[in-house]
Amino acid sequence: MTQVRLSGIQKDFGKTPCIKNLNLEIKSGEFMVFVGPSGCGKSTMLRLIAGLEQVTAGTIHFDEEQVERLSPSNRKIAMVFQSYALYPHMKVFENIAFGLKLAGGGDEVKDKVMEVARMLQIEELLERLPKQLSGGQRQRVAIGRALVREPRVFLLDEPLSNLDASLRVETRLEIAKLHHKLKETTMVYVTHDQIEAMTLADRICVLRDGIIEQVGTPGELYEKPETLFVARFIGSPTMNTLSGEHAAKFDAKTIGIRPEDLEVAPADATSSSWEGKVIHIENIGSDVYVYADIKAEHPLLLRQGKMVGQKIGDDVRIMRQPGATVHRFDADGKSIGPAQTA
Amino acid sequence: MNMYRPWYQIAAFYAMVGVLVIISIFPFYYAIITSFKEGTALFEVSYLPADITLENYRNVFSTGNFIRNIFNSVLVATLVVLLSLLMAVTAAYALSRVRFRGRSALLLTILSVSMFPQISVLAGLFELIRAFGAYNTIWALVFSYTIFSLPFTVWVLTTFMRELPVEIEEAAIVDGATPWQIITKVFMPLLWPALVTTGLLAFIGAWNEFLFALTFVISDSTRTVPVAIALLSGSSIYEIPWGSIMAAAVVVTVPLVILVIVFQRKIVAGLTAGGVKG
Repeated sequence: MTQVRLSGIQKDFGKTPCIKNLNLEIKSGEFMVFVGPSGCGKSTMLRLIAGLEQVTAGTIHFDEEQVERLSPSNRKIAMVFQSYALYPHMKVFENIAFGLKLAGGGDEVKDKVMEVARMLQIEELLERLPKQLSGGQRQRVAIGRALVREPRVFLLDEPLSNLDASLRVETRLEIAKLHHKLKETTMVYVTHDQIEAMTLADRICVLRDGIIEQVGTPGELYEKPETLFVARFIGSPTMNTLSGEHAAKFDAKTIGIRPEDLEVAPADATSSSWEGKVIHIENIGSDVYVYADIKAEHPLLLRQGKMVGQKIGDDVRIMRQPGATVHRFDADGKSIGPAQTA
Repeated sequence: MNMYRPWYQIAAFYAMVGVLVIISIFPFYYAIITSFKEGTALFEVSYLPADITLENYRNVFSTGNFIRNIFNSVLVATLVVLLSLLMAVTAAYALSRVRFRGRSALLLTILSVSMFPQISVLAGLFELIRAFGAYNTIWALVFSYTIFSLPFTVWVLTTFMRELPVEIEEAAIVDGATPWQIITKVFMPLLWPALVTTGLLAFIGAWNEFLFALTFVISDSTRTVPVAIALLSGSSIYEIPWGSIMAAAVVVTVPLVILVIVFQRKIVAGLTAGGVKG
């Protein structure tokens, strides 16, 4: 049970600032996900918490202990690397036991390794070398190597990005289960994939250019994005954003509407929000995505439950679903609350 | 890849291979058959061994300090390998992984050291060795050979170490390993091919070195093999004992051949594969 408190964190590489005055509290036992586009500083944040990079300014506390000058092993963290970084010349058992043996562990090393191996179902792999393992198996070994040290904070740096798509979904589920099993352990997870963030996180921290855009539960980020950046970043497909006169109607510089909040108006509808032409239709089975050109900078995307009557090139009238939210943003991209009109 | 080639192309290919092999092997072959000849037969040109005699070998081992010389050579070469690998591995770690000012300048300096011909540093080294009181001991040779093998060893190992994934090192740091433990428990096992290759080249260099061995050592009992062979003398000053020289040369080549055969696969891996996949 370790709470992580970052205050006033600053990190420069040479003269280039990477993290700018960042404050964040990660509750103990929480699964916190750092998400953002590449170059936003999320991996640097993780490495600062790990101790692989030194902060330029600011403090890091694990509970009441100030740790920003301690070495990674003295912080008692464990880390899973993007490329797994298993020791290629050691068998799986030795890979997992390496840290414990360095720490002078005796007879209990074997028991601990076996216990972790059992939990991750890699017992039959213990005598193999990393090169004899599949990607998913290597991933488990890397997680095992981290878990066996009973870390105060468990750090994961894009652990799924080297796996193929189906294995990624499977492993995502495994990691979620692991988090439920290890309720005590604080976990920090870095990803650029918002689906991973949404499915795994207790709370998400969206980073952009070294600054926190928003911290909140997946639901909060989805329903109440505080900035235009978060609104666009979270959610798949991306939220529709409209500016100019479309937004002016709602007293905002920019408005955002999620594709599932829009629908094709039936032929006998008396009113509609927008009118335009269908320019593309994607049918992926469970959903149908309709792209409509309404003479705005981007086509409007609608998510329908089933196939629509219109064809490409047909006129289409679009209306908001009952209870749909219109997110409003000012000129700086800050949220000014949802539109009052229903 | 089963491309059809006309017979004359294949024939030309093997003819070239044959020429190449003969050119590179012939001097050794001639040394070996000469070592089995005696007396006037030495001065008759013949390409096949005839009248094989082991007299030359008996001579080499019975006269002088040849066995002692071989022992000196083995000792010097082994110490040079151990010393230069120890220093090169630690230096390579610093040069490839520790960020510090003037790192590339230092690397270039190290490389430029190896550009000087031996003869240009001979006088200076001689003074140094006298000052250390190492003149006429094997330490004079160990010292000077290590100086000359280090630049190459450091460069090769630095290149290899750079290609090891940084994340493996970071994983070891997170696991609580000290720099020394990272080098010995994580990097060394991954660098085996490079260590074997550079170690072997350092060994061969020390084994064959002549100029320093001739200059820094004076007495027969501390001499190494190359000098000992060169100073082999016949029954009169007008006779050069070619038979004994050839026999001695064959004897001292054998350890090298054995080493190369033993480590052959590692050498190939070391010269081709740049690094290790994580």
